Parts: sequence; structure tokens; C-alpha cells
Amino acid sequence: MDTKKRQLVVPGETIVSGNEFLPGEGAYRDGVEIVAGKFGIANIFEKHVRVVPVSGAYYPRRGNTIIATIVDITFNGWLMDFGGAQNAFLPVAEVPRFVNKNEMQEFLDFGETVIVKVWDVKSRGVDVSMKMRGFGKIEGGMIISVGANEVPRIIGKEGSMVKMIKGATGCDVTVGQNGKVWIHGRSTDDEVNAKKIVEFISENVTVNGLTEMVEGKIKEMGLSLRESGVGSRESEDIEIVAEDTDGGKQ
Amino acid sequence: MGDNLYKERYSKRGMTEVRPMTAKVGVVPSADGSAIFETGKTKAIAVVRGPRTLHPQHMQNARTGILRVNYGMMPFSVEDRIRPGPNRRSEEISKVAEWALSSVVDLSGFPNTVVDVFIQIPQADAGTRVAGINAAAMALAHAGLPMKEMVSAIGVGKIDKTLVVDLDKYEDSLFHDGEGSTDIPVVMTSRGKEIALLQLDGKISFSEFREVVEMAKKACGDILKVQTRALHEVSGDRLQVTGGDDE
Repeated sequence: MDTKKRQLVVPGETIVSGNEFLPGEGAYRDGVEIVAGKFGIANIFEKHVRVVPVSGAYYPRRGNTIIATIVDITFNGWLMDFGGAQNAFLPVAEVPRFVNKNEMQEFLDFGETVIVKVWDVKSRGVDVSMKMRGFGKIEGGMIISVGANEVPRIIGKEGSMVKMIKGATGCDVTVGQNGKVWIHGRSTDDEVNAKKIVEFISENVTVNGLTEMVEGKIKEMGLSLRESGVGSRESEDIEIVAEDTDGGKQ
Repeated sequence: MGDNLYKERYSKRGMTEVRPMTAKVGVVPSADGSAIFETGKTKAIAVVRGPRTLHPQHMQNARTGILRVNYGMMPFSVEDRIRPGPNRRSEEISKVAEWALSSVVDLSGFPNTVVDVFIQIPQADAGTRVAGINAAAMALAHAGLPMKEMVSAIGVGKIDKTLVVDLDKYEDSLFHDGEGSTDIPVVMTSRGKEIALLQLDGKISFSEFREVVEMAKKACGDILKVQTRALHEVSGDRLQVTGGDDE
């Protein structure tokens, strides 16, 4: 069984039997059997068995792009809420410019929203960074919430779905893996259209052939399917769809 | 001691027959996990929220996250009205459900947090705590929390001299002839077949009790199938269409 195999498992269900297999995330060993420790899709890759959840709350992983809100300012950084179990911490050292420690709210104040990258995940909290292109404070536009498990479908294969929304509405769309989507466009009408499309996707995540459905929806809304009408800063990476926050496409 | 007064169930069910069950997962979209479980006329909805930071802070446990179960019956769940709000009975059931579910849920990865489980009973016809626990187990799994295994729950009892599975309201509290009725809710884990909760209201002999556990084990196997099927249904076509998420 060296090939990749997928099956839906419930906790306590035997995924595979054999001493040669190794339990990974969401799986554990019971005697000779590898057992699911979570509800989700079991992946067997070579001898490594893990369970990827298909539902539930957002659990941060290193490298995730998240959209979070500042809830507290400490002497050496900012605490922010991203909808997870703990708050995320952004140290002053992880912002791209010098910040005077006496005037930290000049840079980021309570209630302001930022796009950040998850740098480290410990059981006691999450450390984030802003020190890369595409991360920073959000100004203008609107943020909508979707399920964290719906994010891969909103992004689409290699960002195809996001590109389609951008092309159709001319809006900048940034999807945080914590289920927050930031839409920023030239007009509120554009933003509302983009919002409608994102919500449509979120309602139909379990449907096969979603791309065609979304294309139909876009046409039904009277929009045209322009090929990525926005700037060309799209990341090749499918997971990170963070954009520069200071526009640049007008 | 006279003859056995309960030779046939008034509902024409078999003595070991569970009422018809239905289950659905994902009934409350805004929650992290949710499920509804029905047996006969008994309905239970369970909603899971969290893990989230626990307040007040002095209740936090730095070693592990904690599970907090809240069970309640809706005012209209029975023919007479139930006064809303916590009462002795609901507090007890919340606590025992919490203990039963804690034995399979592992929150050590989320210190200082709480996972809230809300169990509500919109319609009651006996067996509400076991229906609630069945729904809660599905909701916890649906919330993607680390769980060693599932739990399934069933009420087994003795009516006069007959052992029966899944008592309804009449059998549980309205049957008073002969020796009356005994009610034993059992919660069993899916893999280890261990007993996670066992309560006893009434009296029963030791040999009969052994039989009760065997009956519960068999019924829990059937319930697990219903729970598993419901969890499979919620994921729809996900198996075929997972997008980018895993490399």
C-alpha cells in the first residue's frame, strides 16, 4: 500500500493495520492498528498515516496566512484575535519597520485588522509575523467570515477560484486561512458582488463541479468572466493568497 | 411474587429493539460542531463551540482544556410545561454527560481553554440523556476535536420482570404495576467497549445486570452505525473534491 489512499474515518475507527505504518497527526497506534483520533479524511502516504479534519473550528498551522484583529497591546507586541482557541502574538521585532515602544498604537491600534503569517504554533499560543510582502494592516473594504474548512474551495486549485472572483468584480480578494475574507474594490457595489460570490461558494462547498456553478452564478449576476483583470502579483503558491494592502491596480 | 406483568411491550416493539433512530450532523451552521439525534419521539440537539479561552481566568487549567456540558430541556418538550433554566435534574445530567464525554475527548493540546457542549431537548419521551450524549459525541467529532473514539449511549431497563432496551416515557415512569420499572442508562465507547457512564434508578439482580450490559453493548453497536452514517453524510463529496489544502 505505497500509493496514496483516502477514506473518511470517525474517531476510534481502524485506518490500517500493520507495524510498518506510522501514526501522524490525528491518528494513534493501538497494538498493531493505526486508529483515527479525529473525524476527517485519512491519508496514507507511503507508511505515514494522518487524518485531515473536514469540519470544525480553525486550528492554526505554521505558514498559514490569517486575518486578525488587535485585542491587546503589551510592552513588546500586539495580541490579536483570529477566531482560534488562543490569541496570536505579534512581537514588535516582527513588523517591517521601526516602532517606538512608547507609541505602539500609532502603528497598530485596538480593533484594527491585519493580515499576518503564522510563524510558530505552540499549545500555549500562536506567534505571527508581518515581515513579508503582502502582509500588513487592512484599510477599507469589507471582511466576511466563512468556515475555515471552506477556504481551500474559495481559493480553488492554484488560486483559480479567487482569480475568477477578482476577474469578474475587479476587487482585491484576500483569503485568510482562518476563514476571514477581505474584499477591497473600487466601489461598494463591486465589493458586494464579490461578497455574494464568496458566500455562494461557501454555501456549496460540498458540490462537485463548483467552478462551473460559480461561472454560471457570475453570468447570472450580469458580470463578465474577465481573465484575471487585476494586478499580476498573484502568488504561485496555492495556499497563500495574500496581496499587497496598498492597492496599486487603479 | 406473581406472574410477569410485562410480557409484551405496549408499543409492539421487541424487547431488545431500539426505537427508530435518525441522526443528522451540521444542523447549526454557525457552530464549530453540531448534531441532532432522534429515537422515536425523543429528540436531542447538541452544539459544540470552542476551544476558546476560558473565563473567568481562575477556572482555567494550564495543563489541559476543559469540557463543559450544558444540558437542558426546552419548556415545551413535555406535555406539561417545564420551567426554563437550570434545575437539580439538568445539572446532574450535565455533569454525568461531561464525565462520560471527557473520557474520550483529549483537550491536552488546548490548555487554558474550554469546549462548550450544549445539549437541548426539543421533545422528550424518555431517554433524553442518552440521546443527548449520542448527539454530543457526533457534534464533538464534527467539531474536529481530538477524540480517542466515539461514544454511544442507550437506556436499558427492567419492567416488572422483563429486561428491555430503550425505554420510552410510559415504560420509564408511568408503569407502576408489579415490581415497577428500573432504568439503567449506559454509555459505551466505540472501540474499547468500555463503560463511560452507568446510572441505575430502581433495583436489579446481579445476573440480570450482566445481561443488561450485554444488551447495551449490542444496542450501542447499532447506534454507532447511525452516528457514523450521519458523519459520513455531512462531508458530502469532500472525498472527491478536496481543494489545495493537502500539498
